[in-house]
Amino acid sequence: MAGSGIIPLFVAVPLGGAFLNSLLGKKVKRLTDIIGVSTSFILCALSLVALRLYNANGILTHSVGGWRPPIGIGMVLDGLTAFMLVTVNFAAFCIAVYSINYMEKFTSKWKFYTLFFLMLGGMNGVIITGDIFNLFVFLEIAAVASYALVAFGTERHELEAAFKYAVMCTVGSLFVLLGIAFLYSYTSTLNMADMGNILAQSGNANITILAMILFIMGFGLKAALVPFHAWLPDAHPSAPAPISAMLSGVLIKSLGVYAICRIFYNVIGVNENISAILMFLGALSMIVGGLLALGQWDLKRLLAYSSISQIGYIILGIGLGTPLGILGGLFHLFNHSIFKSLLFLNSGAIEYTTGTRDLQKMGGLGSRMPLTGITGVVASMSIAGIPPFSGFWSKLIIIIALVQAGKFGYAFWAVIISVLTLAMYVKVIKYAFLGKLKEAWGSIKEVPIFMKLSMGTLAVVCVVGGMLLLSGMQGPFLQGAQEALSEGTKYVAVVLESIK
Amino acid sequence: MSIYLLCLILFSCGIYCILRKRNIIKIIIGVIIAEYAAHLFLVLVAYRMRGRSPIFSAEAEIKNMVDPLPHALVLTAIVIGLATTALLIGIAMRIYEKYGTFDITRIRELKG
Amino acid sequence: MSREHDKGMSLIVKTITRLTVGLILLYGIYIVLHGHVSPGGGFAGGVIIALSFVHIMLAYGKEVALKKLSRSAASFFESFGAVFFLVIALLGFTGGYFFLNFISKGKPFNLFSAGIIPLCNIAICLKVGAGLFAIFAALVLLKFETEEKE
Repeated sequence: MAGSGIIPLFVAVPLGGAFLNSLLGKKVKRLTDIIGVSTSFILCALSLVALRLYNANGILTHSVGGWRPPIGIGMVLDGLTAFMLVTVNFAAFCIAVYSINYMEKFTSKWKFYTLFFLMLGGMNGVIITGDIFNLFVFLEIAAVASYALVAFGTERHELEAAFKYAVMCTVGSLFVLLGIAFLYSYTSTLNMADMGNILAQSGNANITILAMILFIMGFGLKAALVPFHAWLPDAHPSAPAPISAMLSGVLIKSLGVYAICRIFYNVIGVNENISAILMFLGALSMIVGGLLALGQWDLKRLLAYSSISQIGYIILGIGLGTPLGILGGLFHLFNHSIFKSLLFLNSGAIEYTTGTRDLQKMGGLGSRMPLTGITGVVASMSIAGIPPFSGFWSKLIIIIALVQAGKFGYAFWAVIISVLTLAMYVKVIKYAFLGKLKEAWGSIKEVPIFMKLSMGTLAVVCVVGGMLLLSGMQGPFLQGAQEALSEGTKYVAVVLESIK
Repeated sequence: MSIYLLCLILFSCGIYCILRKRNIIKIIIGVIIAEYAAHLFLVLVAYRMRGRSPIFSAEAEIKNMVDPLPHALVLTAIVIGLATTALLIGIAMRIYEKYGTFDITRIRELKG
Repeated sequence: MSREHDKGMSLIVKTITRLTVGLILLYGIYIVLHGHVSPGGGFAGGVIIALSFVHIMLAYGKEVALKKLSRSAASFFESFGAVFFLVIALLGFTGGYFFLNFISKGKPFNLFSAGIIPLCNIAICLKVGAGLFAIFAALVLLKFETEEKE
């Protein structure tokens, strides 16, 4: 099939980058940055090519090793996959550029890039695979790399957070593994399309419900939905800033939200009960995360709680199940990956120059670090939902979809939490960037060039992100992803067709 | 049936160990026990009545074999478990170096 | 007694280790090279190979073992194994598919058969053997570091 050879490259390129880095980067210092940035640039370009290919040819499948699915492992490129690939790889590219300067203060940069690309390879693998056990393996690759990255600084707090994170996420993975075992014992296949086919034919059995509960627990832990969120506020702030951006920006989405979407919507098939559960969990995370974030004075911790709240919005929108709700959820997913990465990079820039994360110790930094200040304000306004910025449009769509579906209670809470979000980000802007400059920060300077470059790029995307909703732009990027989800188990038929 | 229940009990033992124990090393052992219970369950899923081991050789006839696929899955899962356990132990040793204790009630500086 | 015997375990353990460790290593290599014909393969063989080095480290102390296979060498072999594996997978694109078995498969149950599988086994063995030994060495060195500080 034309062009389907591009699909495995999303796993091969980051893994190649990772191992070449550990082979060569140790000896030659400069090479680390070159390999790192060029690998992520190639991935970013490839993801755009994949988006184009999807729009030109429709759904693409690749059989690994020439073995046809369902016997062999299949990799599938559909609308949702293309959308997620662009999101993940674009954020990863900006973060890789940012790390050139930021990671100078750590000793072994090549280790950072190796783990970074292992994590990226794992995430891309989760997104492109069409095989449920393969999904588990890639999920574990990304997760193990992220445990190591959280502990990267090997200081007290980082180790404590990493241990908590590693134990909880390992338990989550075990639930996923058990769920896969139950589904396999029932359907005798691992290919997702084939599995969906058999499940649809044999009707709803108790074992499917058990597997669904296990998947909600497992992937919910990865996505940090509220009853399972305890690791996130510790792990995300403790990591180095680029990794916080990566974890909060894309990891919880590709491992958690994407996997939930794919398995519940495309394989098992969503019904009203699942939809109600997902919406309840989403609303709960939205409310609890928002309330807990308000009281934080540690900048990165505040951002981490806010991530929980925003993931709640995404799950609420996607769980609603109407086309408009799914569109809003996915659009918010894209926007969140951009502005939350940017906010974490800003917090990293502040930590880089001043060495503190405490909001009460900052003040007036906007006058000394103009670019960090401006991009920080843009991202904060965007996440809070101020009209011209991208975050406003996605939240608006979610709320409109909720009202249309008659879920006024959820819509009310979504509006309230949006106001709360505005309040907490006004607090961030006021204490960090505005006000009088503290004497201690009299001599600080703006951050180096590569950090500026990557923050600037992300801020521009934040401003123009709303344009993606225009009908000309929406078609290629968001529409395919939304259709892939709202058509539900039609995925099965399409994939099985394209295998033949 | 009872063997599946025993497998479930083993898994519950692991989870209990993770939730209830204070010593970091015991928590790691709990993770390992739960992991092995999951692997055991996968192997049990593969079993067929009076099946023989799925090894293909020149003179063997393919008849009444147990399902070989979960065995491959378990091997993969064991490798992942090895990596996780090694990382957990590495982190635990570093924690001991910094805090001087394995007791999680005394390793709680992150709150809020 | 030579200086080599100052560290590590007792003489009995050392003698037995000296006699058996070569056999363990050979058995590991056998498992790797015969992996596509009989049960075994890269992971199992790699673990056995790593265990032979771990065995030396336990019996003779870390200096002797690290002289045989230093940490940087282990790290190099690990990365090299991974890159080798990836290259084999990418070479499958010559036939149009990732991981395609592009070498002729030969007759089943011969040593030279199964196409790329023996090559993959060797790559995995390098990765796993060196990786496991590196993990063990890292944990041991970490322990010594901690004890020195106290």
